[in-house]
Amino acid sequence: MPDRLIYYIPLALFCVLSIYLGIGLTLDPKALPSMLDGKPVPAFKLPPVKNRDNRGFSNTDLIGTVSLVNIFGSWCAACRIEHPFLMELATEKKIIIHGIDWREENPNAGGNWLKRYGDPYSLVGDDPYSKAAIAFGVTGAPETFLVDKKGIVRYKHTGPLNRKIWTNLLSPMIEKLQIRKGS
Amino acid sequence: MPRIFFVIVSSISIVTSALAVDPNEILKNPDLEARARAISKGLRCVVCQNQSIDDSDASLARDLRILVRKRLSAGDTNKQVLDYVVSRYGDFVLLKPPVKLETLVLWFSPFIIIIIGLTAGIIFFRRQRYNLKSASLSPALNNQEREKLNNMLED
Repeated sequence: MPDRLIYYIPLALFCVLSIYLGIGLTLDPKALPSMLDGKPVPAFKLPPVKNRDNRGFSNTDLIGTVSLVNIFGSWCAACRIEHPFLMELATEKKIIIHGIDWREENPNAGGNWLKRYGDPYSLVGDDPYSKAAIAFGVTGAPETFLVDKKGIVRYKHTGPLNRKIWTNLLSPMIEKLQIRKGS
Repeated sequence: MPRIFFVIVSSISIVTSALAVDPNEILKNPDLEARARAISKGLRCVVCQNQSIDDSDASLARDLRILVRKRLSAGDTNKQVLDYVVSRYGDFVLLKPPVKLETLVLWFSPFIIIIIGLTAGIIFFRRQRYNLKSASLSPALNNQEREKLNNMLED
């Protein structure tokens, strides 16, 4: 009778495989692992967004303070959903938020969008041809990068930010990064 | 005749419009363009995921195609271009995953499963043949049994 146990091996293998593949089904295929975690932000130098300011935004602006870099676009529906929360963060003044206005086909669209829905950003760069977006490894908007004082990327979030992700994840990380002196 | 000509031209233009690569993206140097096409065919469109950037109409795929062409024009080798894109998006952008420690299971588990299956099959059939053989070696029926069987058949 004990050698009958051998007939249960396929069933056991099937169960193990099902669990393994079942876990795979719950993962978001759009959320790719960030290649930048722990690495310096890529070099970029973006022109200003029309009708906003004349400054532009480059990687050197990220040295000195902990900040968020948010990739958005006026064409992006999920960014509209995320936007009110970024406005809340900006009024709470817990963190500096910079923006990369990605792939605007109409050069006025980004500036108009910020006028219409509010402007939570400190600096914003215009990236119509995905130069900075590709350098950051962006696959879709919105995406948000947490950058420390030395300009090292500490975390990437794919999809809209919200209060839950902020309190559970980003806020504790930011507090730790801000405490660290000189780093 | 002119109508036939029109049909031919329009059918050809329908075929070409299905190509994702925009005519104004194409490089003048045919060698570089051929290399760009080859690289683009191996890079995954990260928006649509199951298309190469060569096939995809997504705007990010277009920007990546242009980036590949710019880098080639600037004198990058094919490997340098691929390495740059992989450094941004990870191995996931390569439609053909490289053989690495993390991908060994992916590459070799099919062969291991085939070997396991074949060995199991061979063992099974050998055992069956052995059973048949041993069955034929033992005398089929002894006299008593034959008598019993005959009685049954006569009934």
